[in-house]
Amino acid sequence: MEDIPPYPPIDPTTFDLIVIGTGLPESIIAAAASTASKSVLHLDPNPFYGSHFSSLPLADLPSFLSTHSTSPSPPRPRSSEGSNEFSVLDLSTRPLYSSIDISVFSPDLLDQNSRKFNLDVAGPRAFFCADKSIELILNTGANQYMEFKSIDATFVGDNKGNLLNVPDSRAAIFKDKSLGLMEKNQLMMFFKLVQGHMAGEQDVKISDEDLQSPFVDFLNKMGLPPKIKSFILYAIAMADYDQEDTGVCRDLLKTKDGIDQLALYNASIGRFQNASGALLYPIYGQGELSQAFCRRAAVKGCIYVLRMPVTELLVDKDSGCYKGVRLASGQDIFSQKLILDPTFKVTLPSGLSPPPPLQAKLPFFSQKDDRGRIARGICITMTSLKPDMSNFLVVYPPRSLFPEQATSIRLLQIASNLAVCPLGMFVLYISALCNDDDQGKKLIHAVMNTLLTVPPINSESNAAVQSETAESGCAVQDENAESSSTGPSDPGEGKPTLLWSALYNQELTLGQVDFICSTPMPDGKLNHDDLIDAAIKLFKKIYPEDEFFPQTSSENPEDDGDGDDDVSLET
Amino acid sequence: MHGRPRKAPKPEDEAASTAKAQKLRALQTQFFSFHHDQIYTKEAVELSAKLLEINPESYTAWNYRKLAVEHYLSQPECDPDSVKSVLDDELRVVESALRQNFKSYGAWHHRKWVLSKGHSSINHELRLLDKFQKADSRNFHAWNYRRFVAELMNRSEQDELKYTEDMIYTNFSNYSAWHNRSVLLSALLEKKAEGFLLKENVLPEEYEFIHQAIFTDPDDQSGWFYNLWLLDQTVTTDSPLLVSTWPTCGSDVLIMGDGCQSGSFSPFTTLLSDSGSFPIILYFNQPVEGVNSSTVTIECGFNKNGYLHWEPLSVSNSQAAQVWVAHLKFPTSELDSSVEVSVGHSKGIISTRGVHYCHPSTFSFNVHVQPVERDSFQVSVAESILWREENFKVYRAQSEESIPIAYFDQLCIKNGHESTASNWRTEALAKEIECFRELLSLMDCKIGKLTLARLLMAYNAMSFPFATKLVHSEVLELYNDLMKLDPTHHRYYKDEHSLVLLQKMTCSKESLLQHCFQYKDSGSSVIGNPICLRLNNLSLSRIGAFEKLLWVQMLDLSHNELQSIEGLEAMQLLSCLGLGNNKLRSVTALEPLRKLKSLRVLDISYNQIGDHSIDTTRYLCSSPLSHSVGTGVNKDETVISDAALVNYWEAFYMFKDLNLNQLDIVGNTIADEKFKSALVKIMPTLKRLDGKVLD
Repeated sequence: MEDIPPYPPIDPTTFDLIVIGTGLPESIIAAAASTASKSVLHLDPNPFYGSHFSSLPLADLPSFLSTHSTSPSPPRPRSSEGSNEFSVLDLSTRPLYSSIDISVFSPDLLDQNSRKFNLDVAGPRAFFCADKSIELILNTGANQYMEFKSIDATFVGDNKGNLLNVPDSRAAIFKDKSLGLMEKNQLMMFFKLVQGHMAGEQDVKISDEDLQSPFVDFLNKMGLPPKIKSFILYAIAMADYDQEDTGVCRDLLKTKDGIDQLALYNASIGRFQNASGALLYPIYGQGELSQAFCRRAAVKGCIYVLRMPVTELLVDKDSGCYKGVRLASGQDIFSQKLILDPTFKVTLPSGLSPPPPLQAKLPFFSQKDDRGRIARGICITMTSLKPDMSNFLVVYPPRSLFPEQATSIRLLQIASNLAVCPLGMFVLYISALCNDDDQGKKLIHAVMNTLLTVPPINSESNAAVQSETAESGCAVQDENAESSSTGPSDPGEGKPTLLWSALYNQELTLGQVDFICSTPMPDGKLNHDDLIDAAIKLFKKIYPEDEFFPQTSSENPEDDGDGDDDVSLET
Repeated sequence: MHGRPRKAPKPEDEAASTAKAQKLRALQTQFFSFHHDQIYTKEAVELSAKLLEINPESYTAWNYRKLAVEHYLSQPECDPDSVKSVLDDELRVVESALRQNFKSYGAWHHRKWVLSKGHSSINHELRLLDKFQKADSRNFHAWNYRRFVAELMNRSEQDELKYTEDMIYTNFSNYSAWHNRSVLLSALLEKKAEGFLLKENVLPEEYEFIHQAIFTDPDDQSGWFYNLWLLDQTVTTDSPLLVSTWPTCGSDVLIMGDGCQSGSFSPFTTLLSDSGSFPIILYFNQPVEGVNSSTVTIECGFNKNGYLHWEPLSVSNSQAAQVWVAHLKFPTSELDSSVEVSVGHSKGIISTRGVHYCHPSTFSFNVHVQPVERDSFQVSVAESILWREENFKVYRAQSEESIPIAYFDQLCIKNGHESTASNWRTEALAKEIECFRELLSLMDCKIGKLTLARLLMAYNAMSFPFATKLVHSEVLELYNDLMKLDPTHHRYYKDEHSLVLLQKMTCSKESLLQHCFQYKDSGSSVIGNPICLRLNNLSLSRIGAFEKLLWVQMLDLSHNELQSIEGLEAMQLLSCLGLGNNKLRSVTALEPLRKLKSLRVLDISYNQIGDHSIDTTRYLCSSPLSHSVGTGVNKDETVISDAALVNYWEAFYMFKDLNLNQLDIVGNTIADEKFKSALVKIMPTLKRLDGKVLD
């Protein structure tokens, strides 16, 4: 960041909107604003698109994470003073990632191939074929910049390393080997009930009372056995928290939402001819999505400047209103509106009492949302977790790995055919919601220990383990030592061997719609729908008069026949 | 392809189709002129291709192309290479026609025709089929063609079986795939291919497979069809079995010329005969052919040459029947003799499926003949049978031994030598029953109930000696439920209900005896046997269980809902039959009675014969106006006026061979004076009509 290549000054110097950061919500807003004929300047301090939503080469991921894990740097000496009209507020970064833990077990193999990786910072993530994100991609024409591939299957895992197929469709129920005949019948009857309800059939209408009740109660009422309940709640409706333990459940799914989720899943299956399952993954990684919206914005006249940090915020001296930003290059750019990526935090000049107009806005500066954290892990292996299958999702429902497991853990294996890693390798993305770093680590390690062989650390080559933080670096070693001492378990055992792993905890910062608008961090969901909702909300806030991506007949010809082919799917 | 709503055509579509029709007409006119003049030039052939591309349904064009190919092949300058290219052209035309309409009969047929010429490579065909079957996995044309191609290229049945499996896994709602699976499995089982040697090893896996479909979606019918096929495969023994006979094995039969009964003979085995012969009835479990005096032999003291004429008892004139009858003549003098009947010791009895009868069995009985006294017989003829309640009283059996029902069991046990081999069948059925009980515990499923009812009956029949009566009640309850649940098929369920009810009533001596009554004073001479089986007032819509009723001579079926008396021809001993107050709708519904030579008293009063002014079934009877009717008509021409014959020819056909003494037909629309007088002329033996004594 220190050696910024000299940039020519940006011209013009006044815009309708400045967006800082090229994460997904920022990119969507930039594209929407450009489409609404606003002049937009889109800045990013990074040399790549996507910010916290990007897909990075292997070598770049650790440095990106560590950059965003340090505490705010002490306010640097003011590069220049404010003028008479405006005062200057510092823009500092806040630590978004913690307890970062990178382990390299096979440095040579990975070094040669570092550039062949596109690792999602915010994994695991996927699209439902019929979700809002896909609709948005189709409506905005962003699909012309992306290609997708179907995720082959969804499994539910247990603590013995077994992966059970999730019978998510009629054909899958028929084919399933683990369900009994009765269970098949019950599950299909339930699917039909949901389908009938969604289709508005009178005789299968689910009552309003039921719709408002917790989904888990409704499933109990339907007499579904625990196994099927678990499939529906965690592998189809993708509930995060233990729905049967109200003590730990922070997000109790209502029947209405559960049904909507099932309907989405159902609508996703078979929506696209080439997609066999409900889920899609973009070739070259999730970072493509932000980039596609940036391209979309650029087509509509949005100006892009990467590698351009913003150092200060300019506010009106009298009113305290936002005026513009000061770039690292020293240039001042002015705009009506500003969207900030969650990396940044606005700090008041230290020592000075805030100027009166900002007094009223103090709550904004002290505001800290506590929506908990999410533990993420990325593992690289040479063999698939499931022979003959490359891309799939595994869900570990609450309590499936250990009794205190309060949240479900999701794991997405993506293979080289999605251009996220070199040929013959597999990337596993793992995530789980947690309260603190220790809990998060425990969740991710539980999955890793169940599914992977963590090779012993070769003490000869010290370079083998590069730990960002000493104490967490030991964590993997300890776990490993423990498992090898407790039982003479054969390290082979058919489990894939870990080549590389990155574990980190991410803050679940929400977007803010206030004096200054900022976008949210990647959430704990599997798909992007909530983030898109947040982006729409932000857009509406800053441009209440404008339509969010108005449908134009020329851009989106209404052909009901084969309109679905719009998403390019590789088979 | 399936389940797409039909859309009303838009105006522009209609315009397009008008334009298309115009173009088509022009093409067609030109094509017909080429065809007519037998012009097979390149241009002419291409024109037909164009025509077929637009309209693949043009059969004439396909035929023209066949002629053109034949014409070309007959040319002297034709070499193998050019033959191939000509045939390849045909395949291309078919392919583009199929793209237009992949359900075109003509196109698929043409393709078969081209391939049968044997010059084309067939490797492409499976790929083409994959394409069509992917577009519509239930396209039965493609499935038919697939069978043709598979045979042509000698593709193994195992491979094709695997293909059906794949298709079923993609979407199990596929009638064609399940059907093809049954065809392939039948072929493999018949061939006794490796791994398909025994049904008992193959069928359980298939049951397992189909359960997945049925339980996943019980509302999908395709799986049920396959389940029904499997059930049939399980229940049906390949080889026909002799189920029951009359006289029964070990019985003592009394044949007498008059009603003066003497000795301690059971009324159940006492028979009045005025013809000097008595019937021997063989009842098989399925229709068989080839019952004759060499396949069924008889040894007795009075029929020295052993020749018997066996007659199939079927309403249709086929040579196959489930029931066969022969009439054994007895001497006029008093006689005590034993008769031994051997069935199937020499080959020749064969099922309609082509399987030989392979359970040779022998049964014997004793015959006692009391000489006929003509005089007393003549006198008693005027006596009439009245189906009145007060004329019947509950029959009390003198001794258990004398009841013939006991003998059914013996015969069935004798046939039980298949029982060890059929263990797997009972096991399979038991498993199925358990399975469907479970399904029904979850949901009210019509076809599930029906299947359970069928399974229970099949299981009951198979485990015969140990059958429980409780099963019948459960099955009856199931059919009652079905009648309520599924009113559209009420009549089918009603019929099945009737059959089960009859099975229930005949399943044991005790239950059967509840329906046995004694008609007035037992000495009536019209009926040698005073036992009347009364199955009245049971709301039966169909009758069955004949194998257990062969002994019945007097049967009261009045006050039921019978529309048909199909199968009644098996009851060869019947002399009195009450069918009053039923729902018989036509004279032709009485067809089975034509086979009952000993029937003397018939009550068909208060039915619905003639209710419908147009009785189409009468046209099934040979009309006296056609010359195909044999000598019968000519003989009787003097008796009946032509007019009556024209109006009532079906009655003539139905009644002329009956030797009725008493007939009640009142209460039918048809039974006006004219009809009655015709009847009197048709049946000179008739003594009483609707209670009136005839001169």
